[in-house]
Amino acid sequence: MMADQIKVAYWPGCVSRGFTPELHGSMAIVAQKLGIELVELDRANCSGAGVIAEHNQELADTLNARTFALAQQTGLSMMNICSTCQGAQSECQQRLDADSGYRAHINEVLSGQGLSYERSEDGSWNNKNFLWLLVEDYGLDRLAAQVKRPLSGLRVGPFYGCYIVRPKERLGYNQYPDRDIYLEKVIETLGGQIVEYDGARKCCGFPVITMNRETSLTQAGTHVGDAIDAGADCLVTPCPLCHLNLDMQQPEAAKVVNRDLGLAVLHLPQLVGLALGATPKELGMGKHIASTKWVEERLTAVPA
Amino acid sequence: MADYTIKVRRYQPESGDPAYWEEFNVELDPSLSVLDGLLQAKDREDGSLAVRCSCRAAICGSCGMKVNGQSTLGCKTQIGEAQEQADKMASALGTTADVASTPIRGVGGGTEGTESGPDIETATIPAGGPVPIVIEPMGNMPVIKDLVTDMESTHWTKIRRVTPWLLPHGEAPEREYIVEPESMIDITQSMACIQCGACVSSCLSMEADPLFIGPAALAKAYRFVGDPRDAETSERLTDLAHDPHGIYDCTHCFSCVDACPKGVAPMDQIMRLRRKAGENGIEDPNSGHSHEMAFVNIIEKKGTLDESLLLQESFAPGVLGKLMPTKRAIKEMIGSLPTAVRGIKTGKMRSLPKLIPGVHHKLPGGAQDDVKAIYKHAEEHNEEFNLYIKGEEGELADEPDIEKGAERSTSPANAEAK
Repeated sequence: MMADQIKVAYWPGCVSRGFTPELHGSMAIVAQKLGIELVELDRANCSGAGVIAEHNQELADTLNARTFALAQQTGLSMMNICSTCQGAQSECQQRLDADSGYRAHINEVLSGQGLSYERSEDGSWNNKNFLWLLVEDYGLDRLAAQVKRPLSGLRVGPFYGCYIVRPKERLGYNQYPDRDIYLEKVIETLGGQIVEYDGARKCCGFPVITMNRETSLTQAGTHVGDAIDAGADCLVTPCPLCHLNLDMQQPEAAKVVNRDLGLAVLHLPQLVGLALGATPKELGMGKHIASTKWVEERLTAVPA
Repeated sequence: MADYTIKVRRYQPESGDPAYWEEFNVELDPSLSVLDGLLQAKDREDGSLAVRCSCRAAICGSCGMKVNGQSTLGCKTQIGEAQEQADKMASALGTTADVASTPIRGVGGGTEGTESGPDIETATIPAGGPVPIVIEPMGNMPVIKDLVTDMESTHWTKIRRVTPWLLPHGEAPEREYIVEPESMIDITQSMACIQCGACVSSCLSMEADPLFIGPAALAKAYRFVGDPRDAETSERLTDLAHDPHGIYDCTHCFSCVDACPKGVAPMDQIMRLRRKAGENGIEDPNSGHSHEMAFVNIIEKKGTLDESLLLQESFAPGVLGKLMPTKRAIKEMIGSLPTAVRGIKTGKMRSLPKLIPGVHHKLPGGAQDDVKAIYKHAEEHNEEFNLYIKGEEGELADEPDIEKGAERSTSPANAEAK
């Protein structure tokens, strides 16, 4: 699909407006540069991140059905910028789509709010992470044509976030089997160099930061360390929760794995934005905990 | 018939040498299994190649291994599909990654590629050349030889840890227990486990914390927690919730869900254990239950996540938690201060709602009331819709007798047949 103008119902999630405000800001800049129109779902609720489903599955399903219904009211498909939202929402959508009786039961609750979630038989209504939308709907050729400042020489390690790589059956891999190599494709399209390291599709550890800080930060610290050892200048992630553990907690993770770290972690829209000519300042890179200076230095070596 | 190159991680303890890679060329139909490929290499090239297997039909659970990094059963993975996956991952790394210049060690660990110098190119994988299927022993376990792992320390010990037998009410009946079939459906998914260890091999929590009880043992624990004949439900849940390496140590990464060859979805069983622990009012010292409740309550009040409040309420829940904070709460709250200070410095957390728990805004207009209405309904119902048990409508969609909320199928066969 290569529609000229892409317009989506946009769910930014909680963390992009909370502890990673630079994600929300950089997405707005990149959308404008790419000509993607975002209709923000400001009345929608948290996806539950799997935690609400752990407490009460029907509650999570109804809350996310509400978000889907709000999106469907706009007549647009949905886009998110958070792997965790994608995973939690896809899980609920799978259950809602599996059974008309269950769906009718949930819709009865929503009917009081004038809402209803309708299963899309042909998949024409869908909910995609920005990464998926960029590759599948916007198109890499079109993206390549927009690149103003190729990321030549920038060595980028992909970090997906569990929720958009597993479980494969639920996340549309039958239809789109390459979804677990899209970050590599995007890095290459932007002119960067892909860094292969062990942690690209592993867990950042964030979900257990409260319950077992050591397990959590061992995971974050190990992946950041592996990427450094493989020669990465930075990581890129489509998940703000991964960003919290890989960037915000990086100094603490360094203590747990007992080594120096110090690796910039970019949000996906920031990496795209740099290649489209936006400045690091515009993209909020100064808000990061792990310094992004090295990335900026490598980029200024190439004339903008 | 097609040609494949399988690259096997080999290790023989008696040799005193470290593990090494060895490539074998095999020829077989793409629909045959990776295990068939290994057995052909063993038969034709090197009889000392060690692999554990028996039924070749994904029933005995002997041939757990990693194929292209994915934990699975060798007999359940078609070699043609494994080749497609290997090709795909190689293509993803394209020409910019250094994988294309990895020296190939020939069969028997030949010397080509070990010589340094400009001629090393002759020993590299040419772009577009054959990509080997990488086969390794299971992860998170010691290797005994080649693909044979020691499952005792990280699998069977942990299975025994969860008391994997029935602890019934009172005296055993003279004849068999009588239970309603419906009351057993709930645990059929966890009963499908064949103890192959693929989930343990894939577990990313266990990789970071070897003491984690792990997906196989916790799925087994649910098999007894959910059994109506068992009398120790609350004791079992308390034990698993209080253990710092128990149900709240799972990092929710879905690795075990994709690794399991039988659809057990161990992570889903762990989430059900957490749900049951909550329903049984079990408070744990790991902040597992308080974190869950804090999250759920914040969304009811605010619609989106108030991260500061989540942190505070997870460690020091309610008035009591603040008046009499636990040692752990004090330690964790103080431990989180440097992170907060750094966030304030960079501007990441420089606003009142991010600094002061509870200042976070509500959803606009009447939206917050809509969210509350959903809570009110769901807290009364709290239904679980298990796809493994109920199956997808799919081919049944044309049946005339599908009624709202009616259960169409109680057989796990639907999920199995996919």
